Formats: sequence, C-alpha cells, structure tokens
Amino acid sequence: MSQNAITIESLEENLKVLARQRAIYSVLFIGAIIFIVVSGVGVANQYNAGSFTRGVENFFDYPADLFSDAFEAGWGWFGIVLSFIPALFETFSAAVFSTVVGASIALILCPLATINLSPNQVTVQIVRRTFDILRSFPELVFALILLYLMGKSIVPAIIAVTLHTIGAMGKLFSEAIENIDMKPVDGLKSVGARWYQIICFAVYPQVLPLVLSYSLLRLEINVRASTILGFVGAGGIGAYLTASLQWRYGDEVLAIMFLLVATITALDYFSSYVRHKLIGKISA
Amino acid sequence: MKLFCHFADLSLCLESEIMHLQVSKLKKEFGSTVAINSVSFESTKNEFIGIIGRSGAGKSTLLRVLNRLTTETEGKVFAGSINILELKGSEKRQWQSQCAMIFQQFNLVPRLDVITNVILGRLFYQSTLRSTLRFFTKEERSDALDLMNRFGVAPTALQRAETLSGGQQQRVAICRAMMQNPKIILADEPIASLDPLNARLVMEALQSINSSEKIKVICNLHTLDTARTYCDRIIGMRSGEIVFDGKPSELSDAKAREIYGVEADEAFEASVTSTSLNTSHIGIAS
Repeated sequence: MSQNAITIESLEENLKVLARQRAIYSVLFIGAIIFIVVSGVGVANQYNAGSFTRGVENFFDYPADLFSDAFEAGWGWFGIVLSFIPALFETFSAAVFSTVVGASIALILCPLATINLSPNQVTVQIVRRTFDILRSFPELVFALILLYLMGKSIVPAIIAVTLHTIGAMGKLFSEAIENIDMKPVDGLKSVGARWYQIICFAVYPQVLPLVLSYSLLRLEINVRASTILGFVGAGGIGAYLTASLQWRYGDEVLAIMFLLVATITALDYFSSYVRHKLIGKISA
Repeated sequence: MKLFCHFADLSLCLESEIMHLQVSKLKKEFGSTVAINSVSFESTKNEFIGIIGRSGAGKSTLLRVLNRLTTETEGKVFAGSINILELKGSEKRQWQSQCAMIFQQFNLVPRLDVITNVILGRLFYQSTLRSTLRFFTKEERSDALDLMNRFGVAPTALQRAETLSGGQQQRVAICRAMMQNPKIILADEPIASLDPLNARLVMEALQSINSSEKIKVICNLHTLDTARTYCDRIIGMRSGEIVFDGKPSELSDAKAREIYGVEADEAFEASVTSTSLNTSHIGIAS
C-alpha cells in the first residue's frame, strides 16, 4: 500500500502536465479544422473556374423552378405522386431486406469482435478488419462492380447495401457490447454455460434496445442509399428520379422528393414509437 | 495424481455424497499485486465455512478461482481425486455446474423474467440450440417453481429480474444456484448489499441448504457476528493469506482484531450489513 501512496504535490504536478497537453491538443485541433475549411473553399473555387459563390446562387434558383412546375401541374400533381408509389415500394423493400439481413449477420458476428467476450484476440482482429473493409467502401462502389457483373436490377443494390450495413452495424453493435454490464456474464459463466448460451442470455438482452434503435436508423439510411443506387441502374424510385432530373420534369422531381421525405418522416415516427415502447417496458 | 481426467471420473468424483475439497498452495497475482498467496485448507465433511477478512484480503479472488471464473497463478484444488484447476472445455463447465456461485451484486440477467433466470442454472445440461430457442421442459419449469416457492419468490416468477428488490434478487440467485443441483455453493459477500432483514433471510436460506441438502457452503462475509452466528468453521484471511482457521468459538477478539486490522471496529459493530435484528440496530439503520 505505502509504496503506491501518491503525494498531493506529485498529483498536482501530473494534473498540470495533463492540462497543458490538453490545451496543446485543442489548439492543434482547432487550427487543423480552420485550415481544412479554408483550403476546402479555395479548392472549390479553383475547380468551379473562379466562382464558388455563383454556384451557390444557382443552387437557390433550381428549387424555385421545381415549385413552379409543380404548381402548373395543379391537382394532377397528386396523381403523379401516387404513380411513383410502386417504385418507392420497390426501393423500400430493398432497404428493409438489406437492413434486416445485414443487421442480423452483424448481430451474430459482433460478439467475436469484442475484446471482453471474444474467444481470442486474433478473432477480434479478423472480424473487426472485415467490418472495416465492408464499411470503408461506399455502397456505390460495391453496386457499380456488382451491376457490371450481374446486369441492371435491384439485386446488386440489395447486396451492396447489405454488405455496407454489416460493416457499419457490426462496429456499432460490438461497441455496444463492449459497454455492457459484465455481472450477468459472470453469473452465467459460473453456472457452466457455453459461450453462445452466455451471448444469448446475458449479452443480447442487454443490447437489444440499442440494436433495434440503430437498426431503425440504419433503415432510414438504407432507404436513401437504395434510392441513390437507382441512379446508377439499380431500379426503384432512384431510376425515376434520375430520369426526371435529366428531363427537367420539375413536378415529377418534387413528387419523388415528397415521397422520400414522407417515408423518412414516417420511419422516424415509427422508430420513436418502438423505442418508447421498449423503454416503457424497462421502466415499468 | 492424474494430469488428465476423463469425463466419467469427474462425474464419479462429483457423485460422492459429500465433496472432499482440498486447496493446496493456491496463489493468484494480478500484475505485481499478490491477491492470494499460498492458501491451503481442506474440507472433508459437510460444513458451512465462513471466510472473513477486510476488503481486499483476497476472499473474492479465492472463490472466483475455486469456481474457475479467474485463472490461478499456481497451486492445486482437489475435488475428490481430481485437480479441478486442470479441467478444460466441457469438463471445466461440468465442474462449474457442480460448484454454484452466489454474488454480492446477484448477477442475474436484469431484462429476463425471474423464472427464466432460475432455469438458466441448468444451462450446462441444455444443448445450445435448445436453450437459445428457449425450449425449456415442463420439468425444468416445475423444478424452478418448487425452488421459488421454497425461497419465497414464486409470486414474482413472471416479472423482470430488475424490478425486484435486492433481497428478492439474491433469493432468485439462490434458486438459480440450487437449480444447478450443486455439490458446493460459493457465496461471495451474499448479504453485503442487503438490509438486515433480507440479509437474515438469505443467510437462513443458505443455512437450510447446508443442513437439509448436505451441500457444502463457503461464504465470504464482512461482518464478524454474521460469521459467528451461521458458520461451523471460520477462515480468516489477511493480505491474501490464511491467518486463522477454526471453530467460531476459537476465534478470540484479539485474533479477530488481527484479521481485520484498521477495519476492526467496523467489523465488530453490527453494522447495516449485519444480520442481527436487535431493536437498537434497527434504530440505527432506519
């Protein structure tokens, strides 16, 4: 005990050193941010042949065009909205499928990527690096390769979004698991339970609310991702959106955007409803 | 002395009526800190052993090593003729299934209901597939219910464990331990976070298990009067070593002061964690 005793002087000294380090890091960090922002605007101006600001002006003209087109369409505009629902449904189903499959695979794999539960550290590294690789390529990259190999359809988009979901969810889930309370885990270990039994009974119940909440958020992201993949030939509502954009049919563009915003808003309401249900159960 | 022991041998040695437990020269280091140092003791008959000592004396580490939750640095622990520290894989888990553990913080799964928590005591006997799909048999449910009736927590069977009071949770933990059909129960400060009434219920439950089922109980305790009331034998630990081993009557106040050191006054005083229910103490507690 006594050899580990810390005097107040040495504690103060250490605190001072730490505070100084923290101040230096903060200054460096703020400096780096300012540098990146300033040089970013510079680069943008260079590539836009001088006028970053003029681009910003054009940016505000386009929405005005969209609304005037939609206004000209009159009541018929709501018919246009309805006509895009089957395409939206295709995109939405693709997003749901890839979220469910991706999150499930991530949930099964993620205990292997946690330092506190994985059978060994080699497995942790392998699984984590796999998640990293899956996450580091944008869906678009996977989708472009798969579209080239498999032809134009929604299937390459589903595979691409699923792979990315596994990477992103795997990281989030495994970090959630690293923060769980280990007492129930000890409790079941002491009973003589197998590894996967411990995961199922002591780990999954603890992270379930977080898993659901992350998955619902991911569903929103995946709806957007599947839409964007439509641009490059994966079908669904994205394909219609890119066509309408190119033909400058403002009313159709606005109808599709309306549907997308409505979908995301509905999802947001749904996810907060589900979350409250779960939290309510916990506190009851 | 056998280096390898087969499943059948282990079952055989665990089947004998009363477990012959022999701990010899057990040592555990965490980095440069020695948590327990050359701990040896033997228990041949059915008894209620209380391990006392101040916090940090190595009591918890000792129990965790016995259950194989923590790996030892060196030493041997014999159950019958088998060194249980050498067991691996399913044999190790079989030992754990026979050596139930009760924790200070109960270590139940908070979000699962009470009856499931109790049935989890049988996980060793259930295949991974059956248990993960939660196919528990009617027999398992009825065994769990019998235990919950015995320890007075049956009305809470379908509640989530986290909704129970500390005393109820600890009794659920005892049900889970009994569900294992253990040969020995290791209790790590089972009453340290309970009020006096619940502390007494829990200690009486352990005592009844010890006397009617003939299950050996090794119980870490912080306060002296609890150890004197419930234990047949007291082991005193100080700085990772055993400094006293004998009957409660042999433990003099001077010896107890040596065990507890600076915490002696706290341990002597029947504090909030104590099981004694004199009116004066209730007055202090409330």
